[in-house]
Amino acid sequence: MFDELYQEILMDHYRHPRNAADLSHIPDSRIHENPTCGDAIKIEITSVNEMVTSIQHETYGCAISTASASLMSEYLKGKNVFQVQEEIIKFLKIMRGELPTDNLDTFEDLVCLAGVAKLPVRLKCATLAWHALLDCILHLVSGVTLP
Amino acid sequence: MEQLTSVLPVHTIRKDFPILDTCVYFDNAATSQKPVEVINSISNFYKNTNANVHRSIHRLGEKATAKYEDARERVRNFINARSVQEIIFTSGTTDSINLVASAFAEKFINEGDSILVTELEHHSNLVPWQLIASRKKATLCFVPLRDDLSYDTEALEKLPWHTIKIAAVSHISNVLGIENNIKSIISHAHGHDVPVLIDAAQSAGHIPIDVQAMDCDFLAFSGHKMCGPLGTGVLYGRERLLEQLPPYRGGGDMIHSVWKDKSSYAHLPCKFEAGTPNIVGAIGLGKAMNYLSRIGITAISDRIYTLSDYFYKATRDIDSIQFLETSEKTHGIFSFVHKIIHPHDLAQYLDSREIAIRAGHHCAQPLHRMLKIPASARVSLYFYNTESEIDCFRTALEEAERFFYV
Repeated sequence: MFDELYQEILMDHYRHPRNAADLSHIPDSRIHENPTCGDAIKIEITSVNEMVTSIQHETYGCAISTASASLMSEYLKGKNVFQVQEEIIKFLKIMRGELPTDNLDTFEDLVCLAGVAKLPVRLKCATLAWHALLDCILHLVSGVTLP
Repeated sequence: MEQLTSVLPVHTIRKDFPILDTCVYFDNAATSQKPVEVINSISNFYKNTNANVHRSIHRLGEKATAKYEDARERVRNFINARSVQEIIFTSGTTDSINLVASAFAEKFINEGDSILVTELEHHSNLVPWQLIASRKKATLCFVPLRDDLSYDTEALEKLPWHTIKIAAVSHISNVLGIENNIKSIISHAHGHDVPVLIDAAQSAGHIPIDVQAMDCDFLAFSGHKMCGPLGTGVLYGRERLLEQLPPYRGGGDMIHSVWKDKSSYAHLPCKFEAGTPNIVGAIGLGKAMNYLSRIGITAISDRIYTLSDYFYKATRDIDSIQFLETSEKTHGIFSFVHKIIHPHDLAQYLDSREIAIRAGHHCAQPLHRMLKIPASARVSLYFYNTESEIDCFRTALEEAERFFYV
């Protein structure tokens, strides 16, 4: 189980998270937390003409939550905001076991998170960044300015 | 190398716990393992004696009642309560504390009063009081702590005792493993006629408990952390206090007589045991107390200290881990943070080496916030653990470092 979970690709994103940034200008009220382990993430997105042009994150967390944020940012950058929203919802459904894990095949390197779907206690690690991004996207789509 | 530092025949004892052959179990503060005789007592009850208690006029019902009440007597004896009227079976420490918080507050806590707790508490000895405080417009006040997280006994007298209606503190911290100076709290509180509840979840079955010597007013503990079945617990309460409290939950068994618009209530302890109790659980807990007493609680306590000392010496030279409690007085519980490896990742790695530890905030978020760490890893030992298991832990920790560092 450990080897299935902590694959080389995941460890690479953990050691060298892509699109990681200092987001200290974002207020702490926008931190998304996993209360069971204290993992915390801030996300900032920019968009041009409904296209998400950048996803930056500042993650404090375990290998799985950090790698998930990194992989997510790479995979979703450059996609249309509504497509991003759909992809997030689909990813969350796969992780929760509502859709089979072979649906991850279209998620490129994120397929390395398939093992998490079997581990309810690590589910929150893998989905923390996705919930944070969904929050940003919903605000963007609804036109409400984030605090 | 196994060291013969203990008088306990650990290898013989381990035969009573077949599950210990499957992994190194270092998560005893969450729940202990159960000896075969406790497990057998459960199936034996269902096979041979299963019936409801207190009201079934047939031989099975009489047998079940006798066994259930015999278990209550064992509990009384185990903690040296004055009478079985003072022993209430609950579903665990959480249930015991909620019972006191709810019933005591209804009778004795009013707007403007306060409840004394500490920042070291498990959520089960904090959140019930927060709920009561909010419902009664009361406030929580906190025992002042020194830098080493021990009670600042000199500051105790300065607390607003005239507003404090009850104090609720833990005996042994489930994160730090230190034994709190409950004696000082009890003596100060009693000096102001304030009753004290002791959360003994981590101390019952680990060190000798004598409620009369301790002079506490309530004592709450779980059966499952001391070799008993899950879903079992005890509330000890001083009889004169329990007599004054209103019932906690209504239902069968807790009544004396019921009319369509009112009821009178049963005597202690039934007044607080509404509904069919966890009969088999209580019987299993009685068996667990028998088992522990046969080994000897003092011997168990000494064994945990011996193991703790071994763990302390085996790990203190590892620069990459920082222990939350730095004294040598921990009672089998070691929480720590690793400089590089997140607690979740470490726990997952150790699991791959068949070592079970806990990672997270261990239901003590205020303590973690106070220490400014989001989460920690925790090793918790019990008398059946061995020195060679601690050696395995150390080796696996070094392996984890190699894996996560590269």
